[in-house]
Amino acid sequence: MERNKTKEQTSKEKATPKKQESQTGQRQAEAPMEHTAQSMEVNGLNAYYGGFKAITDIGMKIAPNKVTALIGPSGCGKSTFIRTLNRMHEVARGGRVEGEVLLDGEDIYGKNVDPVQVRRKIGMVFQKPNPFPTMTIYDNVVAGLKLQKRHKKGELDDIVEGSLRQSALWDEVKNKLNDSGMSLSGGQQQRLCIARTLAVEPEVILLDEPASALDPMSTMKIEDAMLELKKRYTIVIVTHNMQQASRASDYTGFFFIEDMGEPGQLWEFAETEKIFTRPERKETEDYVTGRFG
Amino acid sequence: MAAGQLESGATASDRRRKLMDKFMTGVAYFFTFIAIAVLVWVIAYVIIRGISVWSPAFFTENTALFGDGGGIYNAMYGTFVIVLMAIAIGVPMGIMAGIYLAEFGDNRLGDFVRFIADTMAGIPSIAVGLFMYGLLILIMGWNAFAGACALAILMLPVVARTTEGIIRLVPGEIREASLALGLPQWKTMLRVVLPTAAAGIITGAFLAVARAAGETAPLIFTILGSNFFNSNPMEGAMAAVSLYVYQASSSPYQAVQEAGWGAALVLLLFVLGLNFIARAIAFTQKQN
Repeated sequence: MERNKTKEQTSKEKATPKKQESQTGQRQAEAPMEHTAQSMEVNGLNAYYGGFKAITDIGMKIAPNKVTALIGPSGCGKSTFIRTLNRMHEVARGGRVEGEVLLDGEDIYGKNVDPVQVRRKIGMVFQKPNPFPTMTIYDNVVAGLKLQKRHKKGELDDIVEGSLRQSALWDEVKNKLNDSGMSLSGGQQQRLCIARTLAVEPEVILLDEPASALDPMSTMKIEDAMLELKKRYTIVIVTHNMQQASRASDYTGFFFIEDMGEPGQLWEFAETEKIFTRPERKETEDYVTGRFG
Repeated sequence: MAAGQLESGATASDRRRKLMDKFMTGVAYFFTFIAIAVLVWVIAYVIIRGISVWSPAFFTENTALFGDGGGIYNAMYGTFVIVLMAIAIGVPMGIMAGIYLAEFGDNRLGDFVRFIADTMAGIPSIAVGLFMYGLLILIMGWNAFAGACALAILMLPVVARTTEGIIRLVPGEIREASLALGLPQWKTMLRVVLPTAAAGIITGAFLAVARAAGETAPLIFTILGSNFFNSNPMEGAMAAVSLYVYQASSSPYQAVQEAGWGAALVLLLFVLGLNFIARAIAFTQKQN
């Protein structure tokens, strides 16, 4: 895929099987190929809103092609943390970060790093479905890449189909790609937002409570899509739903806040199975067993 | 006290409360009616006085401030050209200023610009006309361009502040979604925020234009008024409908005064039309 060359390939140039397939003219849509995505590592991360310290001294290794779930009570900094992972935290007023976040070894807060480039590598899906209201379904999917580089119409069509298939929405919208994105149901809108993120071909996908506003059926579809997606992407998901974390994730981080006004901390981080069956700290156990939160 | 404790009207204070309620509702209705009645009265009066002088000749002849009066052909042309130029100058500038205020204006410079804009919106329009007289007319002589500049100055703060308000109404989530896709801020603005806010911005612009189109005072010192057809907006006095209404009303000739009513009706319909279009655009957007 040519457009990948326009991105700054920060570390290793990875020739994925998918790219070669597209070059031979086959439809990438048919079978999403596997792809070794990039890993992330967080060291000594503090995040502030103005003078308020929201999270403190977070350290975490985010494994490639795995789903990492972040759980914890409200207000403990999960959403703040996930927003620091693609430099969306600094969009908020007074948003400021200390420490380092590495994407395949390169600090995304490095001196000459362009946040725009970071966000192309690390996509994000938000809690509330937010398709662009003035655009069609088709235009929503290609919104992120249309202006990055000139694409041929056929190429765009392939990307739209491929992205919508990966987000498990294609069959429901293939006959109405020119309808407004707002005409879809909440669950469909959220999968459209996922497709929009995938179209840019990021390495990492951040999901900030993507299913909290959705019904159980839509939630299930998104979880299914996630299991498919981790073959190609590294996934981090914030969730309030303990079942969701235990079902769909490989690693789990438990965030906890000791007292009101204190910054949130990463209280415990381990394989999901361990967090839910043999947690090391008492608060983690209390939370995952539903004793508070 | 078990049964009937929730029924009212039992005591004197209940009755008084109900009466008061009815009375205040009546007062509210009455004043609403007065407000609307005044508006309807104005419109109806202008229509009745104005429609009688309308004739094909009224729209094809030039103005005359003596004798049997004339038409308003040159005045309509003048209003059209001046309003068009005012839009070309004032609307883009106002929209850009509004974008600035909404996107980058959360600082002291932004507060200052907002303060200036709000002050500008309150400046008497005749003062703006005098300002243009000193700035352009004394050098260039009478010309329509200076009049258009005066109207643009009057439109500018209104367009800027409405644009700012509308852009701020665009949900932050949509903006964030765009930034998170790796679109830079200016593309986010151009491709996502502005299209979402477009209908509101256009509505605001139309209302500002409607307001400026009816202005008379700033034109007195800039375009002066004329009984001849002048197609060149950069040179020479020009007529405008609003200015003609003012001048005709002070004419001693009965026929000219009548023609003034006819011109007033044209102006009224023009401004009402602009308002109507603005509301229609806002309404269509709401439907979507």
